Amino acid sequence: MSDTQIADAPAPRRRNIFETLELDTRLLGMIGAFVVLAVGFHLITDGRFLTPRNIFNLTIQTVSVAIMATGMVFVIVTRHIDLSVGSLLATASAVMAMTQTLVLPEWLGLGLGHPATAWIAIAVGLATGVAIGAFHGWLVGYLAIPAFIVTLGGLLVWRNVAWYLTSGQTIGPLDETFRKFGGINGTLGTTGSWIVGLVGCAAAVWLLFSARRNKVAHDFPVKPMWAEITLAGIVSAVILGFIWILNSYQVPAARLRRNFEARGETLPEGYTEAYGLPYSVLLLIVIAIVMTVVARRTRLGRYIFATGGNPDAAELSGINTRLLTVKIFAIMGALCALSAVVASARLTNHSNDIGILDELRVIAAAVIGGTALAGGIGTIYGAILGALIMQSLQSGMAMVGVDAPLQNIVVGAVLVLAVLVDIIYRKRTGARS
Amino acid sequence: MTPDQTTPLVEMRDISIAFGGVRAVDHVSIDLYPGEVVGLLGHNGAGKSTLIKILSGAYRADSGEILIEGKKVTINSPRDARHHNIETIYQTLALADNLDAPSNLFLGREIVTPLGLVNDAKMEAETRRIMARLNPNFRKIKEPVSALSGGQRQSVAIARAVYFNARILIMDEPTAALGVHETKMVADLIQELKRQGLGIFLISHDTREMMELCDRVSVMKNGRLIGTERVEDVTEDDILSMIIMGKKPERAA
Ligand SMILES: Nc1ncnc2c1ncn2[C@@H]1O[C@H](COP(=O)(O)OP(=O)(O)O)[C@@H](O)[C@H]1O
Ligand SMILES: [Mg+2]
Repeated sequence: MSDTQIADAPAPRRRNIFETLELDTRLLGMIGAFVVLAVGFHLITDGRFLTPRNIFNLTIQTVSVAIMATGMVFVIVTRHIDLSVGSLLATASAVMAMTQTLVLPEWLGLGLGHPATAWIAIAVGLATGVAIGAFHGWLVGYLAIPAFIVTLGGLLVWRNVAWYLTSGQTIGPLDETFRKFGGINGTLGTTGSWIVGLVGCAAAVWLLFSARRNKVAHDFPVKPMWAEITLAGIVSAVILGFIWILNSYQVPAARLRRNFEARGETLPEGYTEAYGLPYSVLLLIVIAIVMTVVARRTRLGRYIFATGGNPDAAELSGINTRLLTVKIFAIMGALCALSAVVASARLTNHSNDIGILDELRVIAAAVIGGTALAGGIGTIYGAILGALIMQSLQSGMAMVGVDAPLQNIVVGAVLVLAVLVDIIYRKRTGARS
Repeated sequence: MTPDQTTPLVEMRDISIAFGGVRAVDHVSIDLYPGEVVGLLGHNGAGKSTLIKILSGAYRADSGEILIEGKKVTINSPRDARHHNIETIYQTLALADNLDAPSNLFLGREIVTPLGLVNDAKMEAETRRIMARLNPNFRKIKEPVSALSGGQRQSVAIARAVYFNARILIMDEPTAALGVHETKMVADLIQELKRQGLGIFLISHDTREMMELCDRVSVMKNGRLIGTERVEDVTEDDILSMIIMGKKPERAA
């Protein structure tokens, strides 16, 4: 503590436990809203909402929109919008479906069920997504066409390019390895899930303490050790609790019997097996981590937020904001392709209506998650939580038996309300500082 | 202070730029020597900011040339200008309001770890260090700069310009948002940087302040350069009449 007293002389008084833990109050608010929603539905449905089975389904239903929502954060933070994500997903899905059912097995003679098929298809899909996204970004960044228009055009174009690619037909069944990304058809199983959970806990604890060490090295104030340990405890409990819930969802006996029969064995008496963590959810977690690191720890992320806060300042600081726009839309395109993998794998085929209205769900998730349309503000975890809240609302209402039209009315109203609450919250906290 | 070198640090020759029909800068030539402060004066809209933005890479001149230490250079972007150690404090400050002071100070030139990730702790420490020197009252290091007062924002912009060892410093109305005390701090800073041999272009509306701080002043009106005078050769009234009338003072000798 050599010369820091000059810089932060009157240490601000710690006000409450949340501030001591340095938790984001906005995040807490969202988690609170989610908990209220979940518990509410649980009570209304006589305990059917918060069951391992439903939580498992909820997570796999959220993945596709959540993956795209992380990219939409970057798009909206830089004051753009992407209305084409649902259609781009459809085109990527169509390309991948054709690659794995026609191009690879027939044209290239790999035959059905070749082990490389899924991976080649995914690579082709990713390349498609990146190319289309980069093209959108080029139109927006270099030709200065508003993103709203470019992607509104994209919404029509890519939906129908997908239609032509498949001649309007449903393409399937998709490759078996590919289908493992869909959710229930590909899970880590009990042991694998626990390992992932423990690795996650170790990584979280390591991150917390290395951040602390870094602060100490620069003589910055750190939170008390007990707060650090409490935080590490909470994070670990959440991770392991989530894994425990997924590991409690047993594979139905009928399905197990079928699996065993397929292998020419019989189901042993008393044998049980749980699903555990789906690959699709693992994919979302990996994407969330990568996107968070990009947002907070890379120059690219810094430039995205700087450009969103003040495009002129970014430009005057030597940031190539045009190229940045291309990169942002290319990332969005890549994420659409990954969502296409998950979405088509979940359906086990490519259908024409895949991803319809996803642009609205994705934008809503990002906005409910606190991304400001005025630019400069947004978080990856917020967008994912936003997607989860929307999906819970939708699934919960379906369980309660609310008609589909009313469900949409409620979701629409919630979107507007969430933004209103956010505006009020920002005004309050803005006024305080 | 008479510059003892014969080659100017910066020479802008016959610079012109038009926006639509407006000739914002019309065949203007100015130069700057090491350790010298050259003031730019003129009414609002005279073309001062536009002229220095050509030097800082924000705009590209329609015609004319720029020489740095006698060598012709092309400055097509702010990055090029920074490459020539030209640093600018813009009139608008050019801060990203949603980011904190360290992120703004290092914007475009982040300190990175060996893995290529931004080193926020190091940048924060550096920011505290330079702020302790420039503005010891500055405390809100970790808050978005939108939460700062006008003077504090200004000191972030100033810190950004002086941190990176500028040789040529452009200050566009650096004291506009400041109180008396902070204005004095900027004046002291200018004297110190001048002693270190930087060349400074200073824009201000305060003619008296300019007479004190500058070695020479250039007066612009309607995009044209009216004249450049050594401050000891003219009175404040001479300068004022150049600004208002757009005519060089008549004087014997
Ligand atoms: N980006 C721009 N686009 C159009 N006109 C501009 C632009 N920047 C400056 N101008 C015009 O150029 C003239 C000079 O402006 P400026 O350099 O800002 O003057 P000063 O800094 O001396 O007050 C003004 O008429 C202004 O309207
Ligand atoms: Mg100006």
